[in-house]
Amino acid sequence: MYNGNRCAVADTAAGKNAGLKKLKIRGVKRSAFAMPYLALSVVFVVVPLFIMLYYAFTDGETGGMTGANFVHFFSRPNIMAVLGKSFLVAALTTVLCFLLAYPLALALSSSALNKKFVLVMLFVMPMWINSLLRTYAVKIVLYLMDITNAWVSVTVGMVYDFFPFMLLPLYSVLSGMDKSLIEASQDLGASPLRTLFTVRLPLSLPGIVSGVLMVFMPTVSTFAITDVLGDTSTYMFGNIINQWFANSGGWNIGSAYSFILLLLIAVTVVLANKIGKGQAEIGGVL
Amino acid sequence: MSKNVKTGLIWSFVGVMLAAMYIPIIILIVFSFTGAKALGVWEGFSFELYADLFTNSSILNAFKNSFILAFVSALLATFLGTTAAVGIFYIKKWKKTAAQFVANITMENAEIVTGVTFMMFFLALRLPYGWTTLIIAHTMITTPYVILSVTPKLSQLNPNIYEAGLDLGASPLRSMFTVVVPQLIPGMISGFVMAFALSLDDFIVSKFVNGSVETIPVYLYNALAKRGADPTLRALSSLLFVAIITVLIALNVVSAKRRKRAPVNV
Amino acid sequence: MATVTNGEKFDNIIEIKNVTKVFDGITAVDNVSLAVRRGEFVTLLGPSGCGKTTLLRMIAGFELPTSGSIFLEKQDVTTVPPHLRPINTVFQKYALFPHLNVFKNIAFGLKLKKIPTGELDKNGKPIFRKFGKDEIAEKVERVLKLVNLEAYGYRGITGLSGGQQQRVAIARAIVCEPKVLLLDEPLGALDLKMRKEMQSELAAMHKNIGITFIYVTHDQEEALTMSDKVVVMTDGAVQQYGTPKKIYDEPANAFVADFIGESNILSGVMKSDFCVEFCGTKFKCMDKGFGKDENVDLVVRPEDIAVDTKKGALKGEVVSAVFKGTYYEMEILANDYQFTVQNTSEYLPGTAVYLSVEPDGIHIMKKLKTVNEFDGKVLSENTLEICGGEFEFENSLGLERGDEVTVKIPFDKIDLTDDENDGYVGANVTQTLYKGSYYQVQVYTDDDHDFFIDTEDEWDIGDRVGIKIAPRDMTVIRKSDEPEKVGEASDTQEDANATEADNV
Repeated sequence: MYNGNRCAVADTAAGKNAGLKKLKIRGVKRSAFAMPYLALSVVFVVVPLFIMLYYAFTDGETGGMTGANFVHFFSRPNIMAVLGKSFLVAALTTVLCFLLAYPLALALSSSALNKKFVLVMLFVMPMWINSLLRTYAVKIVLYLMDITNAWVSVTVGMVYDFFPFMLLPLYSVLSGMDKSLIEASQDLGASPLRTLFTVRLPLSLPGIVSGVLMVFMPTVSTFAITDVLGDTSTYMFGNIINQWFANSGGWNIGSAYSFILLLLIAVTVVLANKIGKGQAEIGGVL
Repeated sequence: MSKNVKTGLIWSFVGVMLAAMYIPIIILIVFSFTGAKALGVWEGFSFELYADLFTNSSILNAFKNSFILAFVSALLATFLGTTAAVGIFYIKKWKKTAAQFVANITMENAEIVTGVTFMMFFLALRLPYGWTTLIIAHTMITTPYVILSVTPKLSQLNPNIYEAGLDLGASPLRSMFTVVVPQLIPGMISGFVMAFALSLDDFIVSKFVNGSVETIPVYLYNALAKRGADPTLRALSSLLFVAIITVLIALNVVSAKRRKRAPVNV
Repeated sequence: MATVTNGEKFDNIIEIKNVTKVFDGITAVDNVSLAVRRGEFVTLLGPSGCGKTTLLRMIAGFELPTSGSIFLEKQDVTTVPPHLRPINTVFQKYALFPHLNVFKNIAFGLKLKKIPTGELDKNGKPIFRKFGKDEIAEKVERVLKLVNLEAYGYRGITGLSGGQQQRVAIARAIVCEPKVLLLDEPLGALDLKMRKEMQSELAAMHKNIGITFIYVTHDQEEALTMSDKVVVMTDGAVQQYGTPKKIYDEPANAFVADFIGESNILSGVMKSDFCVEFCGTKFKCMDKGFGKDENVDLVVRPEDIAVDTKKGALKGEVVSAVFKGTYYEMEILANDYQFTVQNTSEYLPGTAVYLSVEPDGIHIMKKLKTVNEFDGKVLSENTLEICGGEFEFENSLGLERGDEVTVKIPFDKIDLTDDENDGYVGANVTQTLYKGSYYQVQVYTDDDHDFFIDTEDEWDIGDRVGIKIAPRDMTVIRKSDEPEKVGEASDTQEDANATEADNV
């Protein structure tokens, strides 16, 4: 037994020297394996973004450089209002989802339910069902309940569609939370309710941030839910972009609008990530 | 006693939420068994809508298209995503940040923006909209999710096994595919499943680049938003609901069983 | 006892009465009763899984006892939630709030504390107030000074070293001036040097602030050096409760003797009062009250064995000798027993020596258990089932299939096999005790039964083994021949073990 081991050690030592030489000769790094995908990404994802930028700054008829497509947006208060409305509706949806999902995530991660996997699965499963199907189901229920207000319909539809995306990150952060922190809080005299606000809520911020992003991002740019549940009064920014691209003459203005949406989304993502990260890193300075 | 009351309250809250989640789906399924044209009207039990569904050639065709597209693009995405995950894992410093940024673009971008950029790009390439453009678009938008599910497996990997492969005389490619890749298979499988599901689900990107090829989500969107709900949709939706839920339950049962059977790795 | 600050306050601050805690059918704490005096430093000591942490958590209020009660200053607090108990805890991995800085972590409890103003309201109830900002700041500063972290108030938690986090955790708990401070293996995550430092700091802190400490650890040295009293626990039951000196000098049983300090544990026979025979030789001892020829366990500490080249009670030969800094530790084989001996002079391996022990160096203990006893069921003419395995037996009573029986197997009649498939039942080794010439091994079967085995082979804790018993070594008694027992079969077995342990 011991002899065998010693032999094996000697073998690898000898092999290591040979291997080092081979490594140098061949000189292929593992990082090279990322190249095919990264090259394709540059071609099919990055370049198209620049093409969009090009369209956004050119005139559809003359082909010359112009800022008119952006002026088109900023000179139309009603369209800017639609953008604002899109952000408001997305924010409302996000808040409603959070208010419903946080207590549910607390319940699912509580010892009373003993982290029952099946229950969590039941709530998360609809995530995998096409949102159009779920929107259609909501449409029938709203019809049966005789709810005809377009805004109510759209909001209900969005909350219903995106609820699982809020629940999942909240549940995973709450069920993974170090239980001794909650015990420490109670040990120091905090009632369960106080513990919720002073310990659990601040500590679940990373989950809240990713939940907010997962709900806010798709809702702010959606057009399908409003197409199915709403009417022209509930047009969102996504619907407007969609319309500009529906006929080939509108691509330049559509591109400018897309670019504005893209910028706003980038700002939101950066801000949200800052909040999430800041929480973890500079907690002490607060 | 008070503990029981608390548990009871928690259970009833969970119950109400669960009902809110599934009652719309159940109602839809119930109304798929009546032939009524109008929504929410019960005209007696019948399989009429299902019969219509299975004779509707454009729906059957859309089904076929969806599955072929999902399979091909998920396969490509799994290959690209796995190699990319390995590569990005070993890239260092700013290059890593840059690579991750590129890989995240389609995940964080609004789908509608991704869709229109594809549309304009393919036009610039003079590539006609259709199968090719759908496959490229779906592969590119699902690959990041494969990377996402393979990367955790890489961090659990013994950092020396690739070198051990080289050390024993395997070429880099051989070492990668005979030593590293087998360890990543669980991550690749879940990545494939995810890519497949996302491809089946997508309609925003598809609708901008599909040309004349109609997938199920595109069919649904067109039917719901443009043509005004056609009653066969109820049968189609019910069928999809039941199919997806069955598949999900089956997957979970299988993985739960595997977890149980696996020896405790202590 | 030395640290009781006020001479007249000799009362019990915590009383635990017949507390049992069962988790999913597994008994973690088994009918424990315990009293802690005001101002004492009491340590709960035992191997992992012995129930010490569960007991601590019940005192803190995180777990509800399955039965029994806990009193704090004569008040029943068994069901009082943790946030209403004037008790604070230092957690195993500190449990500091990562989203708060050091100051805010420490101020957390102070902000919530209600203090009587000394005045009464209209209904004669005392009026409470909260600490003001300045008071809180002052108290936090003071406690930071106490734990040597004066300049750290506005640092984040994640940037602190383990030792610093530990100090913050202690500061956070003692700043609330609890009646009792609970410490759950607080030094477990620190390196050796840091641990030593914190040990003396904690002991000093206890002296200075006069709060009752209940400390949980599995480190016997820590327990012996820091505490006024030590509670040795295993299998959810208290094995011994006493001062460190008493526990070291007079271990109540073989488990305690083995767990505390180095020891030679042997089997012996009580010949009469003050006389015990082991290694084929009679020795004078200081114990009485055992039955004549009663089998006993006995402990001889390595430093209590005298070595001489010319005369002594036992003749032996030195097997090995290792220098340990201030003394030599030698293994000496005498009469088939291998003694561990500590002596200031060295005897080279191979030297013939004589060993002798003074009467006060021999500590006699009742044997815990001498025979394995299980409930079983007859399967066929010559096979029966116990502990989830099928065993052959000699059917001399004419037992029939389905008969309920009690099976007794002496410790030394059980074989352990390397390959669990060679045995009738698979099990894991949970404890081994060297008894001079043999090992007493405790194994835990897959269906939750304990077997005790005396064997010459050495096994390691965690080894997977098979259990084999020869048919003639099993004593089988029909169940109905015995007085009826209450409860389920398996429970009865556990209870029987538990009561035996408690009686020691």
